[in-house]
Amino acid sequence: MTLSLPGAATPEAETRLGFWPVLNDVLHQPAALAGLAIVTVFVLLGIISPLIEPYSVREATCAVFEPPSWQHWFGCDDGGIDVFSLVLRGGRISMIVGATATLIAIGIGATVGILSGYFGGWVDTVLMRITDYFLVIPQIVLMIVIAAVWGPSLSHVIIVIGALMWTSTARLIRAQVKSLRERVYVKRVEALGASHLHIIIRHILPQIGPLLVANTVLAITVAIFNETALAFLGLSDPTAITWGTIMEHAFDRAAVSSGAWWAIVPAGVAVAVLIMGCYMLGRSIEDGLNPRLKVSYLSLHGWKLRPLVGRGPDAI
Amino acid sequence: MRGSAFIWKRIVFAVVTVFVALTLNFILFRVLPGGPVSQISRVPNASPALKQALTAQFGLDKPLWEQYLLYLQQTLQGNFGVSYMNRQPVFDNLVEAFGNTIPMVATGTILALTLGVVVGVISAVRRGSMTDHLSTNIAVLFYAFPTQFLGMMLLIIFAGALPSAGMNDPFAMGGSGWDSFLDTLKHMILPVTTLALTLYAENALIVRSAMLETLGEDYILTAKAKGVPRRRLIRAHALRNAMLPIVTMVAMSLGAVVTGSIIIEVIFSWPGIGRALYTAVLKRDYPMLQGGFLAITVVVITFNLIADLIYYKLDPRITT
Repeated sequence: MTLSLPGAATPEAETRLGFWPVLNDVLHQPAALAGLAIVTVFVLLGIISPLIEPYSVREATCAVFEPPSWQHWFGCDDGGIDVFSLVLRGGRISMIVGATATLIAIGIGATVGILSGYFGGWVDTVLMRITDYFLVIPQIVLMIVIAAVWGPSLSHVIIVIGALMWTSTARLIRAQVKSLRERVYVKRVEALGASHLHIIIRHILPQIGPLLVANTVLAITVAIFNETALAFLGLSDPTAITWGTIMEHAFDRAAVSSGAWWAIVPAGVAVAVLIMGCYMLGRSIEDGLNPRLKVSYLSLHGWKLRPLVGRGPDAI
Repeated sequence: MRGSAFIWKRIVFAVVTVFVALTLNFILFRVLPGGPVSQISRVPNASPALKQALTAQFGLDKPLWEQYLLYLQQTLQGNFGVSYMNRQPVFDNLVEAFGNTIPMVATGTILALTLGVVVGVISAVRRGSMTDHLSTNIAVLFYAFPTQFLGMMLLIIFAGALPSAGMNDPFAMGGSGWDSFLDTLKHMILPVTTLALTLYAENALIVRSAMLETLGEDYILTAKAKGVPRRRLIRAHALRNAMLPIVTMVAMSLGAVVTGSIIIEVIFSWPGIGRALYTAVLKRDYPMLQGGFLAITVVVITFNLIADLIYYKLDPRITT
């Protein structure tokens, strides 16, 4: 006797949502490409920064608050240190802080989200309650308190940011996993006797992959922001060079009242450009995953019907 | 679920969250090793009587669990200890600081919301047009700049033209109430602008995507086919339904408001709660720090609760 499984003959509608097809789709958008280009350039600069810094980042090479010149493109800070070199080095450390904190946050968020969405029941209830509390408590204030109690250090900053930033990821992933859990192919593998671990790794993770990537890229922006905020409030390691501490030193040592905008602008613009890059990339992936956004009945250039993919049980 | 059950559930959740924050506060400041622990009585230059009173109130010579109960009792009565800095009760300091913060932050937030909704709706309605690209890109740009950067830039640009620090001109003596009000208003311009600029961008982007989602709904097509005028279609059919994510957004952005206002108050020397927290960190004024943390947490939780209730009013079908 042959056992016919439901939906066995129909091609999987989900296959188009796999990791690579979505990525391929996304990379055809100009915004995503621009974002990717920005992020790549920043990462490369961060990697080779010790090689291309024109001046020392620790010793004075010019006068205090010397304005930009051909020798010092971005001028000098309050200690006579070349700002261009500082921003390059600061980017390297800021990006390491941002990426590490994000990895911690995404790791916790994805684990909580998958466990909660996959197993449901009391696991879901307990994990989501915890998430709810973390969502409501004002994180930056808690970060300030923790950083103040523990003492300023870069690794504390990373841990604090990572451990407090995971909540939105957890919620997002949970919702996605919950709907994936009900898909026919997951039920089928389960019936065939696959272990939970196997199902999660082979069948759930690839489906939430693009969403996780988008979330990671967007979370980096938050992590870098939080680092600059904590550094500005003097809670980061004062000897570390990051974009946050560069701006903090400039503010602390009267760059504003001396009109030395060049001590602030490069670091601020660097943060902004990197964050715009991450944002464009992350949003493009997110939008690519949401076919509902492709249709607007108010569009000026006529209208088209929303594709059926986004409706009913197939809705993503 | 019945409406009243929902409301009760949210209220209980809020109360429990406050309790969790209280406990977290206790653990952070008194139990963790290396923390400032129970030094609430170590007010510099305090009279022995004050030290004794604090030791008795918070049971500093008693075991931890008893300290915890006493701490809860004292906190609920509004006794957060005495500030190390000015030897005033922390509670009084906090009340004063909040009083200064609220007008500035409220103005900034309302401006940011209005601007965000207007810009978001316009760019969603004219999707793909030049207006949309321009306003979305400008919003992303403002979203991308750190608050302290925008604040410092405004300071440098407007340094001479507008007052740059504090709430009042310290040298303006003998002015009438109206004069000092105008003076405060002038001092508010730069901080409020910074706050509104950093907050509006995220609002605009969220409103835009919420509107785009509703504009793709079938009932919009139906309404359009019926011949509903465009203006009404946008206002009554699309924006009404896009309100839900917008309310969530406002509640979620409270954290950003708090962060932004701390940094802004530091930059513009605004004597509010954020600056109080900052000074408390700098001067290791732990009673003030924990009091400020608790107070901000309670405020944020309360506003979240209000957002939940508004959400319920907008969409009574809600169950969780």
